[in-house]
Amino acid sequence: MTTPRPETLAKLTPVLTKRWLSPDAWRIGTYEKLDGYAALRKALGAHPDDLIQLIKDSGLRGRGGAGFPTGLKWGFIPQGDGKPHYLVVNADEGEPGTCKDLPLMTHDPHSLVEGVIIASYAIRANRAYIYIRGEAVHAARRLRNAVQEAYAKGYLGRNILGSGFDLELVVHSGAGAYICGEETALLDSLEGFRGQPRLRPPFPATHGLYASPTVVNNVGTIASVPYIVLGGAEWWKTMGTEKSSGPMIYSLSGRIANPGQYECSMGITLRELIELAGGMQPGHNLKFWTPGGSSTPLLTAEHLDVPLDFEGVAAAGSILGTTATQIFSDQDCPVYATYRWLEFYHHESCGKCTPCREGNYWMVRVYRRILAGQGTHEDLDTLLDTCDNILGRSFCGLGDGATSSVTSSLQYFKQDYLDYIEGRTAPKLSDKQLVGAH
Amino acid sequence: MSVFTEETRARAREIIARYPADRSRSALLPLLHLVQSEEGYVSPAGVEFCAEVLGLNKAQVGAVATFYTMYKRKPTGDYLVSVCTNTMCNVLGGQEVYDTLSEHLGVGHDETTEDGKITLEHAECLAACDYGPVMTVNYDFFDNVDPQAALGVVEELRAGGRPMPTRGARLCTLKEMAVQLAGFADERAGAVGDGGPGEPTLRGVRLAEQHGISVPGFDPNTPIRSKEAEAQK
Repeated sequence: MTTPRPETLAKLTPVLTKRWLSPDAWRIGTYEKLDGYAALRKALGAHPDDLIQLIKDSGLRGRGGAGFPTGLKWGFIPQGDGKPHYLVVNADEGEPGTCKDLPLMTHDPHSLVEGVIIASYAIRANRAYIYIRGEAVHAARRLRNAVQEAYAKGYLGRNILGSGFDLELVVHSGAGAYICGEETALLDSLEGFRGQPRLRPPFPATHGLYASPTVVNNVGTIASVPYIVLGGAEWWKTMGTEKSSGPMIYSLSGRIANPGQYECSMGITLRELIELAGGMQPGHNLKFWTPGGSSTPLLTAEHLDVPLDFEGVAAAGSILGTTATQIFSDQDCPVYATYRWLEFYHHESCGKCTPCREGNYWMVRVYRRILAGQGTHEDLDTLLDTCDNILGRSFCGLGDGATSSVTSSLQYFKQDYLDYIEGRTAPKLSDKQLVGAH
Repeated sequence: MSVFTEETRARAREIIARYPADRSRSALLPLLHLVQSEEGYVSPAGVEFCAEVLGLNKAQVGAVATFYTMYKRKPTGDYLVSVCTNTMCNVLGGQEVYDTLSEHLGVGHDETTEDGKITLEHAECLAACDYGPVMTVNYDFFDNVDPQAALGVVEELRAGGRPMPTRGARLCTLKEMAVQLAGFADERAGAVGDGGPGEPTLRGVRLAEQHGISVPGFDPNTPIRSKEAEAQK
């Protein structure tokens, strides 16, 4: 393995991941020694409106995929309206490829708890919930322990550190439904219903949890807040690009020498990330990759130098998403990869709207046929036509996301499809394998 | 005569108290985990119990219980073995792991071995792609598994052993895990501290450490701008 060049190493920005090196950082005592809860003390001495302005000034954008400006979102909460306000943390990490929130909550849970308290103080919420994916049991263990420790130290509960501010925080485990990562489905789930998305408007800022003003933020977004409170907006903006400020945790998986979490200045390229990860695995050449999870259109080796920030990836025809870069090589089949993602969307479709529920059902079947060597040329038109009827016509982003890999793989790798249809590639699916796939 | 003990009822009250008084329905997901902790699945009695304590009808509870993958609709084994077969794990060998276990155990997706030890399922992305292919036992991770390693884990489980997950806490039974999912602390000594970060988790930050890289200019005493103070000037 070759050592990355100094200019590439300089793109590393260990901020949110830094405490992971301290094995006991999940304990409150260790956390406090590492700047822990210093931001809370500082924030409680400031006016809540000044904190919202600070987050606006930092340019922080949501880390959950959409990249909405966080300060703006907080500013949408009507103040003095006499209604209870809520902060809900979306910790329902489940987008295929995405694996940055679980390690953060497992190894540095207090940074999330501290961010929750500061954000709640800023938006004047006295109740907050962390909705964590059910399967994320070890992260939940550590998080529940952290919340308990924070209560015992007076960082949560009544009159926090003598400020007069009260906050109750509950860690709420989901039960296995990807759709609950969609913020309005999450709110329905948290209210004890099936997790199905709501019609918007009205938006959660005015009609969220219990029809009250609610901010829903991702784990990484909220965990960024204490650092901005401590270091200031200007320091935060020394990282990243003008419109995509700060550090970002890039999750690299697949055919690279060293898969893992790399926190870098936003705007780093895949070429540089692969260099940090020790290059491709021997014998593997990059063929296709997702910039931010399976809901983001595939990119290819032609896109190695695209800046991985919100604008750069959009200009290349994809979406930054959750910066989950899944890296596939010339030994992986884009048709099969897309098929497996579609099985996922089909399974996870909540069933509320017809385009997503039926469209994914049919596309899975078309893919099975193609992969079993029984596809026709017409199938490719059918796939594109189906995508046309899902994208923009679904109730929420799950349906839209399902079409990403279909249309992009057909755009870049049509030949791979034709090779199955015209018999040049041996069928990948046998009857036996079809049994294992639902 | 309800199958649920007084202890479960006390826990149910504790769960409901976490949510605003007029919003008790928010307790439904944790309550479904709770009844699963008693019976290993959400039975008709479990549905009835949730309906009773929340003042809902059984159809309302049933509609929710059947929506979520983690609520099982028939009795489960002591250990739920979930193999990720989503795209990344799949191409790295997860499908072979699943197929091998399925053949070896003689059960398919969502089925339980005759000895009642193991329920097998293929899972969608488990959010550990940097450790792929992965499988979980009662949701704690066994990383970078191949068919041989996976067989070793299930054989040890069937022999009464409890192999240590690669990351995460020492194993408990699925029923015990459901208590935690209902929102209760893991009371086992040392369990919360189990499982340090694996190498993939630390790769980037370790690389930065090795090369002495940090983000310059961080001053924790940077003042927060005050609009009021500026207006007074």
